[in-house]
Formats: sequence, C-alpha cells, structure tokens
Amino acid sequence: MTLPLNNPLALIVELTHRCPLHCVYCSNPLELANRSEELPTKIWSQVFQQAAQLGVLQVDFTGGEPLTRPDILDLILSARTAGLYVNLITSGMPLDQARLAKLIEAGLDHLQLSFQGAREQTAQEISDTKSHAHKLRVLEWLKKVRVAVTLNFVIHRRNIDQIEEMLQIAESSSATRIEFANVQYYGWAFANRENLLPTRAQLDRSLEVIKSAETRLRGKIRIESVVPDYYAKYPKPCMGGWGRKLMLITPSGDALPCHAAKIIPDLHFANVKQASLREIWNNSEAFQKFRGESWMQDPCKSCDRRTIDFGGCRCQALLLAGDPAATDPVCTLSPKRRKIDTLLANLNAPLGAQLAPATEAALIKPTWLYRPNPA
Amino acid sequence: MTPDRKSRVRLAAGCRLGQNNHQQVLLMPERALRLNGPSLEIVQRCDGIHSVQQIILELQQIYSQADPEKVESDILGYLTLLNDQRALDFE
Repeated sequence: MTLPLNNPLALIVELTHRCPLHCVYCSNPLELANRSEELPTKIWSQVFQQAAQLGVLQVDFTGGEPLTRPDILDLILSARTAGLYVNLITSGMPLDQARLAKLIEAGLDHLQLSFQGAREQTAQEISDTKSHAHKLRVLEWLKKVRVAVTLNFVIHRRNIDQIEEMLQIAESSSATRIEFANVQYYGWAFANRENLLPTRAQLDRSLEVIKSAETRLRGKIRIESVVPDYYAKYPKPCMGGWGRKLMLITPSGDALPCHAAKIIPDLHFANVKQASLREIWNNSEAFQKFRGESWMQDPCKSCDRRTIDFGGCRCQALLLAGDPAATDPVCTLSPKRRKIDTLLANLNAPLGAQLAPATEAALIKPTWLYRPNPA
Repeated sequence: MTPDRKSRVRLAAGCRLGQNNHQQVLLMPERALRLNGPSLEIVQRCDGIHSVQQIILELQQIYSQADPEKVESDILGYLTLLNDQRALDFE
C-alpha cells in the first residue's frame, strides 16, 4: 500500500455493551463484552489525546448505552480537553433533568436520542422495554438547554408506516436534525432480518413522505435518511471505505475499522492498551487488510465505481457471499445478487387471496431474538 | 429563501469553530466543514451580533478587488447553505 494515508476524522467509542434496552436490530456483535472487560477512564483519556494528535475531529460516545458509565462526565471533559467535538448516541433512559444539565456543563456538543418508533407499543415490542414515554420527557428537558439535538428513528417493517407521526414528534421538539436510519443487516439485525425488512411499497411510500418533509422543513430541521441497501442498485461506500475515515474502539479496547469487523475470520485486531492509535491506524493487520485495491475480486477490480463505493461492505460480503473480499452482493453487478433478489421477491410477492405482507406483518407479532444485557 | 438582511446571524447550538493541524473547521453534529479565506471570514462573524448586512459590508471591504454584487450573492448563498445544514440561525 503506497498511497498516502489520510488520517481518521472520527472515532466511534463503544464505551460499554451494557444497555437498558434489548433492541432486535442492535449493531453490537452477538458476543457482547462483559463489564469486567471495560476500559478505565484513564486509558480512554489517553486514547482521546492520541486521537486528537492523529487529526481526529469528532468522537461518538456510544455503546450499548454510554450513560451507564459512571465516569461519563469525566470522559466528556477529557475528550473536550483533548480538543474533540463530543457526540453522545443515547437511548436517553438513564437521563434525568439534573444529569442532562451536568452533561452539557461538562462540554457535550451534540446529543443524538434514539427512537424505536412513534408509539409506546412499537417501542416496547422492538426494545422489550417500556421506553417511549421517558424519551418524550427527555425531549421536554432538551427544550430548556442549549445543545445540538438529533432524533434518530431506526426504521424497519414494523414502524416504517409511522414516519408522519415521527415527524410530528420531531417538529414539536427542539431537534434541528432527524435521521431516518433504515436497519442495516449485521449482528442482531441479521438474526431478525426476516421480520425487519420493509416491503418495496412501504419503502417507496416512506421515501415520498421524507422527501416532502425535507422541503417543508428546510431551514428548520435537517433530515438525513439511509435506505436499506438490499433495495439499492449499488452498494454503500461502507464507513467511507475500509480504514479511510473512521476508527471504532470496542469496550475492551480493540480497534476495528467498523462495528461488525470481528465476524471476519483470521483477522487480528490490535488493542489500545498495547499500541498507539497512530500505529494501529497506519500499520495494524486489520486496518491494512482491505485498503487499496489489491484485495479486490472481479468485477470490482476493474470497475469504474471502485473509487466511489470501494466494492461495498466487507462484512456484508462475508455474510451474504461467504467471502469478505467478494463484491458486496447488494451490488447489481455481483454474481451473487440473485440471492438478494430472491429474498426480496418472496417478501414482496403478491399473495392473491392472502393478505399483503405489510398488512399481515401488522397483525401478527413476529418472534424476535432480543439482545440481552451482558454481565 | 433569502435571509432578512437585518437579522443577526448566530452559530446554532452545538456548532462551533475548531482547528486541527492549523486547518480551521466548523464543527457540527457528525460533520466538519473546512474553512478557508472567505468562508472563514463569514463564519467568524456568525456571533449573534453581526447582521447579514454587516457581514456583507465587512467582506466587501476585505475583498475590495472583487465585484461587490458577487460578494453579496456569494455570502447570501453560503449563509443559506449553512442555515439549511442547521449550522446557523437567523435571529
């Protein structure tokens, strides 16, 4: 790899895998880290210093639920002292009004609050926890403080028909940004995939509603939406390319190019307890593995789009094609695309005398694999 | 929609100037914009005190060699863009 390396711009920090919710689409790996493995405050502080020196601009505190860390105020202070912009990705469950004020006082720049739906019943089904009412309370508290607010609605078949209601919640809050984040199929979401994929009709309708809202809310709320890539023609440039823009640190300090990378076999991940962020970014096996183009297969290696989407997602290629170096099968140019087409065809098949899938799904409660809380 | 020229311009909550390796940036939720020359001059004046009109006048003075109408339309365009991104508010 002789191309000059750009420095990472963002550091995603999984502070813990502990969480009060049990969402069926959680992006954490199926093997959750125990509390005993979590890095102490001191090591995280060193990581933030190293990140800023490396050119990182932003840190995302996530998890699990980052607010379950008793040292969260020290962590925010430490990240700000290092010169980083601090994003907090939270369910809001451990918040009260006093705690929120302290987070902001410590230097929190941006709070992203997750929503599992627009209704308590949906939130309860998806997270196996009574959670929606508390989030609405958090929105009221947020109106009284000065911090950037994003509402992140995780979208799938069970709540994609609630977009208008979600917009109402957002518009009566102080949020200046909304993310409609269609579920991506890894980890827990992959296990629950059959019950999460929306139908094409549902997806098309949701895009119309979102498009019209974007226009209506211009200058008031910025809307970003991510479509489920099974329905796309070309794959997403996952993470902005492997080892190009982002670095993720797990609760025990392993450095990953993305959330799901540990599913890739025969790949060793460096740990921040043993190596500096600079060494890890520049030289570690995991980060070097899919940089450049020498690892690409056909059709990627001669495709004009390889500098746009880098062949898509390595983890998805492993999950769907059995090979992390393969073309991401969501790409219509992939020889394995047929597998996705069949899956979508079955989901979207007109059923004659039977109910349309969306109606049937709305009536029948699926059997879910809920994400547990680790010890 | 063109902003009201008398309105004051202020960076939105959670949006602030930062720098890394001598590069000035505008930091906002999950994004950073590089600021150089005119864009830096504009954003530095989004302090809740300067009005749109004042920013235009001051930049026309700084960039006195440039066509003042172009400076004005560039500024209005840039401020609108940042407002659409929710990086600033007109008050």
